[in-house]
Amino acid sequence: MPGLEDLYREIILDHYRSPRNRGELPVPPAHKVEGFNPLCGDEVVLYLDVDPDTDTVRDVKIAGQGCSISQASTSMMSAAVKGKSVAEARQLIRAFKALMSIHEHKLEGEGDGADLQAELEGVRLGDLEALQGVVKFPVRIKCATLAWNTLQQGLDETG
Amino acid sequence: MTYLDVARIKEDFPILRREVHGHRLVYLDSASSSQKPIAVLDAMDQMYRTSYANVHRGVYTIAEEATAAYENARTKVARFVNAPSTAELVFTRNATEAINLVAYTWARANLREGDAIVLTHLEHHANVVPWHMLAAERGVEVRWIPMTPDYELDLSNLDALLDGAKLLGVSAMSNVLGTMPPVRQLVDAAHAVGALALVDACQYVPHNVTDVQAWDADFVAFSAHKLLGPTGIGALWGREALLDAMPPFLGGGEMIRDVRLDGFTPNELPWKFEAGTQPIAEAVGFGAAVDYLSALGMDAVRAHEKQLTAYALNALLERFPRTLHIYGPLDVERRGGAVSFLFDEIHAHDVSQVLDEDGVCVRAGHHCAKPLMRVLGVPATTRASFYVYNDETDVDVLVESLAKAEKFFLG
Repeated sequence: MPGLEDLYREIILDHYRSPRNRGELPVPPAHKVEGFNPLCGDEVVLYLDVDPDTDTVRDVKIAGQGCSISQASTSMMSAAVKGKSVAEARQLIRAFKALMSIHEHKLEGEGDGADLQAELEGVRLGDLEALQGVVKFPVRIKCATLAWNTLQQGLDETG
Repeated sequence: MTYLDVARIKEDFPILRREVHGHRLVYLDSASSSQKPIAVLDAMDQMYRTSYANVHRGVYTIAEEATAAYENARTKVARFVNAPSTAELVFTRNATEAINLVAYTWARANLREGDAIVLTHLEHHANVVPWHMLAAERGVEVRWIPMTPDYELDLSNLDALLDGAKLLGVSAMSNVLGTMPPVRQLVDAAHAVGALALVDACQYVPHNVTDVQAWDADFVAFSAHKLLGPTGIGALWGREALLDAMPPFLGGGEMIRDVRLDGFTPNELPWKFEAGTQPIAEAVGFGAAVDYLSALGMDAVRAHEKQLTAYALNALLERFPRTLHIYGPLDVERRGGAVSFLFDEIHAHDVSQVLDEDGVCVRAGHHCAKPLMRVLGVPATTRASFYVYNDETDVDVLVESLAKAEKFFLG
């Protein structure tokens, strides 16, 4: 039986209590994108400053409200993609979503998740791996992925 | 004073014997759906094992038994809310369908562009969205009775809000705050301007003596699953003259008296609104549930819940005087047993997750009342709600578990 400490790792609680990159950026030049979880009311707001010349995420600011998992995931995401190229950010999105869906794939009997492991291959998730415990609590997975889906939407809109 | 023998009642609910994460199950989410006593489970099981057949059709013995059981359940439910006639008690899928029935039949036959409907800030989505849909389709105006800072309805502007209105829709008990609006006063005000009154009694009927005649309302909606009965069945009570004049809702078998190549004649009440094969065993379960509650006595149920809610409000305020905020009236005479609260710094879902570790089931979220949550200015609350099988020990477990959550997140 997974315990609370699997879900709420210290690093997650730290990001929840002291979120990184909290604030706003002037729009434009930054792009604002919002994500909602209609079932639980979690809200993520991202301000993305993408440099079109270098295709780099120059700056990220975050706002919004929600549970510790959604807000910590947003904070950790902002720290992970800031300064990265758009391609690297997209790779991180894929890797993170693979991390979150391995459990589901196993449940659905779609093999051992080898294809998802391939997504994770060669990607340094770092602190983000602390969120892996979320997959043991299926109803909370959407809390963790909200920020990443919102980032993906934002990058699609700016690109 | 003890109004209910809760230790004895707990034994009637098999699910309460199970453990979750090694802890006794403490079920505090009855405002969402209630647990079922053996009497209800057995009545439904017995129906399927001994007397199951379709109703109002066969002329064989078990079909007659099934029909009698189905109609007997209707009589029990009608009596439970003091309906003057069983013809006025229509079985629906739930309270939501009961309200939709009124929206699709009475409202679409009688309301046109420029007409107004008055609702309140307390309403559940079930008594909001059907009217939004009507408003979008017909250009009907929806007006709102606001809430006061102390979680009651603000009736100071009621006359202006009702001016020219055709329908007032009000919840008899808020599923989020526990607030119990003055239904009779509101119904009278609606009638005074020629409007009808619909009462969403989904939270009220399971916990109070209900008398649709004393309310003098025109429509009353409620569900079985919140009053110890099964899912999939609820009821609409409506005045006979209104139901008679309304067009049918769903078309099909059962709801007709005659069908010809060029049309149909609807059945008489209440079957006119019961199209297709009905949830027969569920109706029997519904009847068994109101029997169970009647044996406890709804006066005693209400008294027990007032006592327990007062105990819970006190325990929460005493244990968390600075960090926990309660959303809802504090006077138990004016409220039901749904207690919404929020810690300043901890999200409702995180609280609920920690409580689950201790086998405590509470609801966390917007409680299908997003307009109200917007008025409250919070995205979600945690809600503990009580019923006949809850006692002070359950509240004590809740409070200890909340203390654990607070320590876990705030250190």
